[in-house]
Amino acid sequence: MSADGCGAPAGGAPVSAAKDAGSQAVVQGRVTQNGSAVPVGYARLLNSGGEFVAEVPLGEDGGFRFFAAPGSWTLRVLAPGNVRAERVVSADTGKITELEVAV
Amino acid sequence: MSRSDVLTDADWVEAHGGDPGVVLVEVDEDTSAYDKGHIRNAVKIDWKADLQDPVRRDFVDRAGFEALLSERGISNDDTVILYGGNNNWFAAYAYWYFKLYGHNNVKLLDGGRKKWELESRELVTEVPQRAKTSYHAQEQDKALRAFRDEVVAAIGRDNLVDVRSPDEFAGRLLAPAHLPQEQAQRGGHIPTAKNVPWSKAAEEDGTFKSDDALRALYGDEAGVDFGRDTIAYCRIGERSAHTWFVLHELLGQPNVKNYDGSWTEYGSLVGVPIEVGDGK
Repeated sequence: MSADGCGAPAGGAPVSAAKDAGSQAVVQGRVTQNGSAVPVGYARLLNSGGEFVAEVPLGEDGGFRFFAAPGSWTLRVLAPGNVRAERVVSADTGKITELEVAV
Repeated sequence: MSRSDVLTDADWVEAHGGDPGVVLVEVDEDTSAYDKGHIRNAVKIDWKADLQDPVRRDFVDRAGFEALLSERGISNDDTVILYGGNNNWFAAYAYWYFKLYGHNNVKLLDGGRKKWELESRELVTEVPQRAKTSYHAQEQDKALRAFRDEVVAAIGRDNLVDVRSPDEFAGRLLAPAHLPQEQAQRGGHIPTAKNVPWSKAAEEDGTFKSDDALRALYGDEAGVDFGRDTIAYCRIGERSAHTWFVLHELLGQPNVKNYDGSWTEYGSLVGVPIEVGDGK
């Protein structure tokens, strides 16, 4: 992932899991269907008020990653075939919150 | 100006994307998306490698834009259809850029790549071969672009629309949530700015909301005075190009500028006023 400007997020290529959150509040994971990665789709991050904050395309491995602020977030997944899924996640500074979303 | 002058849809693109005089162009935040698959006959423009000056913080100049479009096989008479991911975020930025350099026959594919993908429409990896052209660009239309001194002068006078997320507006984040936190020296927003996150203008499938819904969003809900001039900004001017498209191209507001210096510039200026906290 590019770290400068509005650089490209990790969609389109495997999202290698971050090992260290540093000072970030990282929310990352992958989307699967029947155990296989969902390579085409979108992950959206909504704040605790339900407002859209960010969206990334899923990587080839179904992966996604957000650098959020500490707090409660809703992750919404959109994929072809009217697939919708939501998970509530909690992010903390210096931690990586991992989740697998089966749709 | 009607919606059909500035937007097209997937059915039209499927039927006419290969017609002579029509050029499809993918411009994505994720610059690798095109290589994974794109709409048949589409060429790619990389928002960073192709559109930014490699040394100074600025766009490629007029000659650079001419060279880019000539190399991609785009001529002055072509109808250019732009599309991309993330609600056409970067496609709208490119649209603004095409207008800035005087290419008027340009439209966005409503819903962009996301709607196309979610509808499982065809994507190919074959890269079209287009003959080079001799593209001629106009001088930049400064009526579409705001610079920092204009922005400072506009405080309390014109509409300032901050299109970043509420957390960025308040100063709790310095960048969108899918990017590492970095950039400006200070967090917050330009005093008197209204916060209307750019993405509120789009439906979940990436299409633009109706004109009535958009008028209500900016006017009734946010308090933008449609009788005044407007400057939109975000962090580096791309999300605000999407809002510029909404206000200027869809709602027909006459004097709307995009401040592409945006928060990375403003939030690092010495001596300018800053507000922090949520919107009032």
